[in-house]
Amino acid sequence: MTTAPHSHSSDGPRTASDFDTEPSPARETTEGTVYNVSGGDWDEIAAAAVKSDDERIIVNMGPQHPSTHGVLRLILEIDGETVTEARCGIGYLHTGIEKNLEFRTWTQGTTFVTRMDYLTPFFNETAYCLAVEKLLGITADIPDRASVIRVMLMELNRMSSHLVAIATGGMELGATTIMIYGFRDRELILDIYELITGLRMNHAYIRPGGLAQDLPPGAVDQVREFVKKMRKNIGEYDKLATGNPVFKGRMEGIGYLDLAGCMATGATGPIVRSAGLPHDLRKTQPYCGYEDYDFEVPTADTCDSYGRFLIRLEEMRQSLRIVEQCLDRLAPGPVMVADKKIAWPAQLALGPDGLGNSLDHIKKIMGTSMEALIHHFKLVTEGFRVPPGQTYAAVESPKGELGVHAVSDGGTRPYRVHFRDPSFTNLQAMAAMCEGGQVADVIVAVASIDPVMGGVDR
Amino acid sequence: MSEQKNPGGSGENGRDGQEEAVPAQREDTGEVIGTRRGMFGADNGGDTSGYGGLVRTVRLPGESSRPYGGPAGTEGHGEFDEIADELEGALDEQGLVPGNVIEKTVVDRAELTFHIERGALPAVARILRDDPALRFELCTGVSGVHFPGDKGRELHAVYHLRSITHNRLIRLEVGVPDADPHVPSLVDVYPTNDWHERETYDFFGIVFDGHPALTRIMMPDDWQGFPQRKDYPLGGIPVEYKGARIPAPDQRRSYS
Repeated sequence: MTTAPHSHSSDGPRTASDFDTEPSPARETTEGTVYNVSGGDWDEIAAAAVKSDDERIIVNMGPQHPSTHGVLRLILEIDGETVTEARCGIGYLHTGIEKNLEFRTWTQGTTFVTRMDYLTPFFNETAYCLAVEKLLGITADIPDRASVIRVMLMELNRMSSHLVAIATGGMELGATTIMIYGFRDRELILDIYELITGLRMNHAYIRPGGLAQDLPPGAVDQVREFVKKMRKNIGEYDKLATGNPVFKGRMEGIGYLDLAGCMATGATGPIVRSAGLPHDLRKTQPYCGYEDYDFEVPTADTCDSYGRFLIRLEEMRQSLRIVEQCLDRLAPGPVMVADKKIAWPAQLALGPDGLGNSLDHIKKIMGTSMEALIHHFKLVTEGFRVPPGQTYAAVESPKGELGVHAVSDGGTRPYRVHFRDPSFTNLQAMAAMCEGGQVADVIVAVASIDPVMGGVDR
Repeated sequence: MSEQKNPGGSGENGRDGQEEAVPAQREDTGEVIGTRRGMFGADNGGDTSGYGGLVRTVRLPGESSRPYGGPAGTEGHGEFDEIADELEGALDEQGLVPGNVIEKTVVDRAELTFHIERGALPAVARILRDDPALRFELCTGVSGVHFPGDKGRELHAVYHLRSITHNRLIRLEVGVPDADPHVPSLVDVYPTNDWHERETYDFFGIVFDGHPALTRIMMPDDWQGFPQRKDYPLGGIPVEYKGARIPAPDQRRSYS
């Protein structure tokens, strides 16, 4: 590497050239060669920064920075306290889920997609299942009860996701109380998940054709209890933050992105709604029967982080309304399509070892019906076939439009599934929001985008 | 399940009488993307089911004819016809021949797809965005699909455009050969496609000409190959990052 010569004399401020920027060389050990993690083109950039005599430096924020929402790397060019250029480095959490999907059956896909945006598992599952159902042409056959439970879980999930957004966003401002509040209430929702699906995250509960199983006894009561409690708790966020001058001072006018900017960068969800456009797929392109629910789409006209915070808060109130309507609407009935060629696995029940096949069903297929055994085996190991073609299904996730482009070649495994994750698209707006602002405001702007790296990188 | 002539499920009844036992065949005009042999995907003599000799052509839904209908499965002249009419009219105004620009129009599962000649893609996107009767303001990015069996059009770039004004959704599809994987970039028209095109380049190797900085976005910068192509294996690839080499999981040393 070439370092700038140490030309600065001892008088005057210390500059970067006074520090040794030479990377430690690779060395041999008994375990093999050990490489250092510096070097590459960053040395040249550092050297260039040394030569320029202003205070312009390039800072890597992340990928291990506590306030960047996971492994997001922000590359900031800073002139004093001002961010003159901001870029994102992503891909640190890329796990190849889209590739993996192509090597499992359509049903097993839910197990993968639930892990994408790990704060919105039910949205990932629903979007994927809606796409598969569209490919199969069974959208109209999904039982009502399954759709109502899907909507209920999605709205609970919207609340838990927004709670994390508000909680971590507050914590990054130094407001730890709001973090405690947010995670306290999220815990109540995770308890409901655990009761219904057996897991707090990574549920794989929503399956192509319906649900893995029906609600367990006591679930409706617990959700009702939660709604009552949450109605009371939501007021606390208002009291704590909405009118708080410090909170407002940090958020107002920060992360500004107007409607034209939103359309250009493809930003959806609370970002576009904070610019005044009431665009919500639940209203414009209803799915899962959203057209039958009574709720409003909150907007703001501030285009800033504070507006997004208020929208998230109001959306949680609307979600509570929808959850209540779901509870009133729950009628007994099946939760899986009647088509036994799709309903997979054939019979599920909660057994002593967690989720598994019901003992009655095992007894039947092992003891009396060879045909049923074959059918069960084929359906579980090979899966069902999906007619060739492609489709696009989109849901309104807490972060924006979550789209699934699914392609089938007529086989039992997806040919290609592409997720248009809102976090990925919205994160592109980071540069537009942050450039020209201060370093401290980058944190606020990124928090208001609410990116989840599991969804960004997939 | 396996012997099903018609695995398409409920919506496909009435087609059982077809001579060929092909999976959910719509028409014989569909785009051929490959051939499937046997029953279980086994290709090394492991298929002892007796169906090993079965040969089936895999076809994607083929070209549709007018009227295209609408998104709710409307019969007759519908919303899709309006979109197609407006697009063709606008192309005419710009001096482009709609027949050359739109290679084919497919209506499948109540979704409208225009297959666009790749050179005309930016012009078509600009018309779709700016024409008051079309106004597809929001592009939801590009998704790549690799069809090794679709000779001469192995790589497909698929765009979904959403119109907030008219509450519509359409799909544009561009097919390019493996040997010349160039598609004009849409970043000028839809800046949101910046990262999406980088992602598609990263995974499929489709080169978006005119993109301001087409680099890998998910994989490391020095990664070899395009992981989501069909000929790229799942796993088994040693990872090399900044000079350090980590063997594939199945080839790491065992500590037992």
